[in-house]
Amino acid sequence: MSTEVTDAPSTPRQRVRIQTGEREDLGAREPANGTAPALAGAGQAKPAARETIFDVRDISVSYGASTAIAGVSLKVPRHLITALIGPSGCGKSTFLRCLNRMNDTVPGFGLTGQILYHGNDLYAPRVDPVEVRRRIGMVFQRPNPLPKSIYDNVAWAPRNLGMKANLDERVERALRGAALWEEVKDRLKQSAFGLSGGQQQRLCIARAIAIEPDVLLLDEPASALDPIATASIEELMLNLKHRFTIVIVTHNMQQAARIADRTAFFSLEVSAGKRTGALVEYDETSTIFTRPKDPRTGDYVTGRFG
Amino acid sequence: MSDLESTSEGGTALLDPPDHFDDLFASERLDPARPLTASRQLRRRQIFSRAMESTQTAAALLAVAMLAFVVYSVASRGASVLSFEFLTAGPPAIEETAGGGIGPMIVGTATLVGIATVIAMPIGILAALYMTEFASRRAARLLRMVLDLLFGVPSIVLALFVFELIVAGKSESGFAGSFALAIIMLPLVARASQETLLLVPQGLRDAAAALGVSHWRALRGVVLPSALGGIITGTVLALARAAGESAPLIILSAVFSRTVNFNIFSEATPNIPVYIYKASTAANPYGWARAWGAAFVLLLFILIVNIGARALHARGRRKMAR
Repeated sequence: MSTEVTDAPSTPRQRVRIQTGEREDLGAREPANGTAPALAGAGQAKPAARETIFDVRDISVSYGASTAIAGVSLKVPRHLITALIGPSGCGKSTFLRCLNRMNDTVPGFGLTGQILYHGNDLYAPRVDPVEVRRRIGMVFQRPNPLPKSIYDNVAWAPRNLGMKANLDERVERALRGAALWEEVKDRLKQSAFGLSGGQQQRLCIARAIAIEPDVLLLDEPASALDPIATASIEELMLNLKHRFTIVIVTHNMQQAARIADRTAFFSLEVSAGKRTGALVEYDETSTIFTRPKDPRTGDYVTGRFG
Repeated sequence: MSDLESTSEGGTALLDPPDHFDDLFASERLDPARPLTASRQLRRRQIFSRAMESTQTAAALLAVAMLAFVVYSVASRGASVLSFEFLTAGPPAIEETAGGGIGPMIVGTATLVGIATVIAMPIGILAALYMTEFASRRAARLLRMVLDLLFGVPSIVLALFVFELIVAGKSESGFAGSFALAIIMLPLVARASQETLLLVPQGLRDAAAALGVSHWRALRGVVLPSALGGIITGTVLALARAAGESAPLIILSAVFSRTVNFNIFSEATPNIPVYIYKASTAANPYGWARAWGAAFVLLLFILIVNIGARALHARGRRKMAR
């Protein structure tokens, strides 16, 4: 079972290189404010420093002539939940989709800067986007189960990736991992479309974790769901972070405050009539919500705009 | 409007409209309390609307009547010929007698169309996949235009082309006919498949892509199964169109044959359209009767296939919309 889950190919040496890398800043603006680098400081009592999964270095994304996000740098640490918040149109989803190369097929997509994943440049010429997505799974805003049975939704990707041993067990584990097993164990052969919205979204999470990825990216996974389904998804996140590194986009600030360890606030910068998304502040979630360093963050999290 | 009028007069516009405003439009003023019956102008317009509506209804009815008339006239002359013998036996040895049937022609048409489908369906589906999944926008647009042009090429022109390619210097053959029918079917299959593939929701493609499954496996496992209903419907409609196609067959597979013949590469294959053509142009009333019968069989086949394909299509759409 675990033979398939060969982790990222980066050597320990490379990882060290990243951790002691020259850019220790978490968010773009932090050093300017003269505070200690939050990655090393800010209440990380247990380990000295968490391993960095994504090291995003000054990326800008454009679609044709328009720039979606500009100058974003941040580091995503291992086994934490990192939330991306901000008003609509600020490029947080665009940013998220850059992390597993889901934007590649969008016409006119262009990226400058670097995204290092375990020390490997995600956009290096020889990187295969399919291999990237095999390690970095994604759950979308609207539940999108495949037009297959519940069982086959979960089993489809493992089958196609050659993980055919103990498939039943793998499916059960994934469904248990997504807190859906008890609800569907008696109707695994039925169509996934018969499930409720919240169940469908948990099925999509089960489908994503069935191939045991390294990272889970979630693009507003609860925005199409009612509060009860949302609560169950949030609880699920908190369980899943022990096994996966999670990056979640949410427009719901309370949700970020409830589940995220780190929060990045994106905003729309208007200059010369052009609107571009930018990272304003990135820090421990508690800092972002209680002692934000940037007044714009404060205004947003207290509901003064957005 | 009223604000503009009043400001141009130089008053304190918004607060108190000038009195003469009332006079200006007095004749057009609306009395809200008037009974809610139609005004004279509205009555006039409604009469015109109704006249247009009836004209349009009549035009629509005419189209329906046309089909009904064709079906009726073919059925009234052809249905009486229809019998088990007619569907299975060959034409009589001497054409100028009653009886006999078109069995070999039915088998032949089925063979020709079957081979044409086998050629056109895979190429059409692959071309559609190329257009929707792999091609750049420009290439896709170009290919789409080419297919539309190919669809517009008159079948007699295609027939001459295939004649030059396959038949000239050799002999007429069923395969040559199938080949021409395949060219006719190809754009229909490809465009219908393309339209259906475009209907597959982006969310499904994203779902498959985000699981790290290769593009082809994602297509085969998720996209194609979702589009299958529409693709089959398009193919069946193309098949129905090809079954009635006569021009290429008159040139490519017309040598008259009375017996079932599967030797498609070296002999002409008997088929319904050419039989109708030959029997109806000969001065032989017994042949005319058989021609009507054959026409009726062909018409029935095409009607049933069309209706069946559309029912299948509707079912497929419902399934996809769920």
